[in-house]
Amino acid sequence: MTAKPRLTPAPPPGELIDSPRFPVAARRELGNTAQRRNLRLATHTIRDKRANAVGEMENWEQLREAGGAIKNRVLRHLPEYLEQLEESLTRNGATVHWARDAAEANRIVIALVQETGSQEVVKVKSMATQEIDLNEALEESGIAAWETDLAELIVQLGHDRPSHILVPAIHRNRSEVREIFLEEMGRYGTPAPPGLDDNPTNLANAARGHLREKFLRAKVAISGANFAVADTGSLVVVESEGNGRMCLTLPETLISVVGIEKVLPSFDDLEVFMQLLPRSSTAERMNPYTSVWSGASEGDGPQNVHVVLVDNGRTNALADPHGRQALRCIRCSACMNICPVFEKVGGHAYGSVYPGPIGAILNPQIRGTDSAVDRSLPFASSLCGACTEVCPVQIPIAELLVHMRGKVVDAKKAESKGVHMPHAEPAMMKAGGWVMGDHRRLEAAQLAAKAGGGVLGRFTDHIGPLPWPLSKWTNTRDVPNPPTKTFRDWWNVNRADQVEK
Amino acid sequence: MSAKSEIMDRIRSALTDVPDVRAADDVEVVWRYGQPVQLPEGNVLEVFIERVEDYHATVVSCVADDLPDAIAAGLKATGATTAVLPAGLDRDWLSAASGVEFTTEDAGPLSADELNTLDAVVTASAVSVAETGTIVLDHSPDQGRRALTLVPDRHVCVVRSGQVVSGVPEAVARLRGAVEAGRPLTWISGPSATSDIELSRVEGVHGPRQLYVILVREGN
Repeated sequence: MTAKPRLTPAPPPGELIDSPRFPVAARRELGNTAQRRNLRLATHTIRDKRANAVGEMENWEQLREAGGAIKNRVLRHLPEYLEQLEESLTRNGATVHWARDAAEANRIVIALVQETGSQEVVKVKSMATQEIDLNEALEESGIAAWETDLAELIVQLGHDRPSHILVPAIHRNRSEVREIFLEEMGRYGTPAPPGLDDNPTNLANAARGHLREKFLRAKVAISGANFAVADTGSLVVVESEGNGRMCLTLPETLISVVGIEKVLPSFDDLEVFMQLLPRSSTAERMNPYTSVWSGASEGDGPQNVHVVLVDNGRTNALADPHGRQALRCIRCSACMNICPVFEKVGGHAYGSVYPGPIGAILNPQIRGTDSAVDRSLPFASSLCGACTEVCPVQIPIAELLVHMRGKVVDAKKAESKGVHMPHAEPAMMKAGGWVMGDHRRLEAAQLAAKAGGGVLGRFTDHIGPLPWPLSKWTNTRDVPNPPTKTFRDWWNVNRADQVEK
Repeated sequence: MSAKSEIMDRIRSALTDVPDVRAADDVEVVWRYGQPVQLPEGNVLEVFIERVEDYHATVVSCVADDLPDAIAAGLKATGATTAVLPAGLDRDWLSAASGVEFTTEDAGPLSADELNTLDAVVTASAVSVAETGTIVLDHSPDQGRRALTLVPDRHVCVVRSGQVVSGVPEAVARLRGAVEAGRPLTWISGPSATSDIELSRVEGVHGPRQLYVILVREGN
């Protein structure tokens, strides 16, 4: 059996949902020294830039507060805003489609492209279309999808997967990009200029040359949207390179795939989000280009305009009154850029198009907790809380990580259905509770620990690796020796006389 | 059941904890819309110039009478010998630009390939934002359809001082009418750029690689 020849570069084999548990994937990624160096450089650069961009704004906290509140209002009253959005878009000449899940969204898009007779589409960078794996669905239907964002192009030509929602090729350095361009561009269109070096300006120019012919001939474009405005029936795309404008302007047909949580009540609300988003994501006062369009505009741009509103698990997240806060996310990537875990392991370890802290709470909510990777994600954090502080819409990410850990434990318990499956942490907590519940038991335990500490202290200042099952804790952490004196002993010697009788 | 009714049902059953009250009464948004922003230093026009220049765009100022000379100088500075003009652009603005061949769409729209052969575009603009150095086109007749300001590699853009506001909120308030009238918007902050390779900023990818802004100081 011979495989059908591919139209576009093949991504790595396998489905993201079948990714290994986070600790296993993290160990694999940590072995990639070049990637670790690239990530460290990139995340530290953007962190500092973001701090400056945000530091300029005296009313940043009020903006975050307002952004969070607007999104809460939308989520809690989603039916009325979605109805209004559909009505306004339709009035503006767009056709609105609804998709329960990824498969349905893909079927809708494929049928719309087939109606045009076109066998290729140009794509604006979009998380929603990555989430539903649209490119591969199009490929299977004989339609070539060309990514046009520079980083997405690097990922696509590199037979790779994105590792970051804003800078999908953040794990690649300039010399790797050069090699990919020289090797692959010619197979799918205009080749890279011979003698291309690894200067980022020249690499960007090679992308300009490669994509221009695709932009000029494209009949169909596919985009996502950063915001969908209910009262005016407008979609908004925030970008930097102008590839978005090319796709949104030149083709005859435009299909936008938009998650149902992207609605904003009013055009006026853009004043809040257009201040929050650019400074949080690319750390600029404003991104180079933002496009706003309201259906079809006579004599200007695509006249065949479609919007596909996608659920694909979002209503699962919405059903959890606490967890639904994660749906406020505007995909800025500030949480992954600040995250000490993401910085080391990169985005591929998270087994989803949404990596980092937001992915760790969003994926198990929208995909559920059935897969090994989704069960492991809420634990992919040290709970340091840096993500919560930078989130422009005040998602309490650290708190939701703990919340989702609870849900994973509950799901496992429900599965074991009465069969007693002890888990180390709850068992230890239970034992601790028993000891601390009675002062005599506590004193006895302290006496034992004191004796142990006295002995150990002669050899070492900490406890290293212990045998199983304690190894699960000590393999990644040192434990200090038990003190040779309890707090009660210390109190009796130093402060007993101060106690008012 | 249609996909829409099923999704709506899912949403309603997900939100049973939400009281049946108006959205605005359920969640308060503490924010005053459309307010000017406090600029750190200088007046609105000075901040606008500084912030546009921060993006490595060129900004020159002139008085209204000198605009034709400024446009001629701008086209020359960007190295353009051909340019496309929006239908509604005041043709007097181009009276000083000798040596540049102008194309219009009077005889029908140009194809993307035809636009790709032209060096530059000259347009007016709708609203500008000092704090962020942003110019917004609402694609009125003096700015043309979106493709005109996208495909040619050089954009000479005229901003009248009365169109410059302090911050994003005032700009959004001013733009509402154009959006309600169905017009698209393009917000431009410097030339096209990318930070996709090692987060090092490169100016000039697909959009115009040169942005030349002429600020016309009106009245006093």
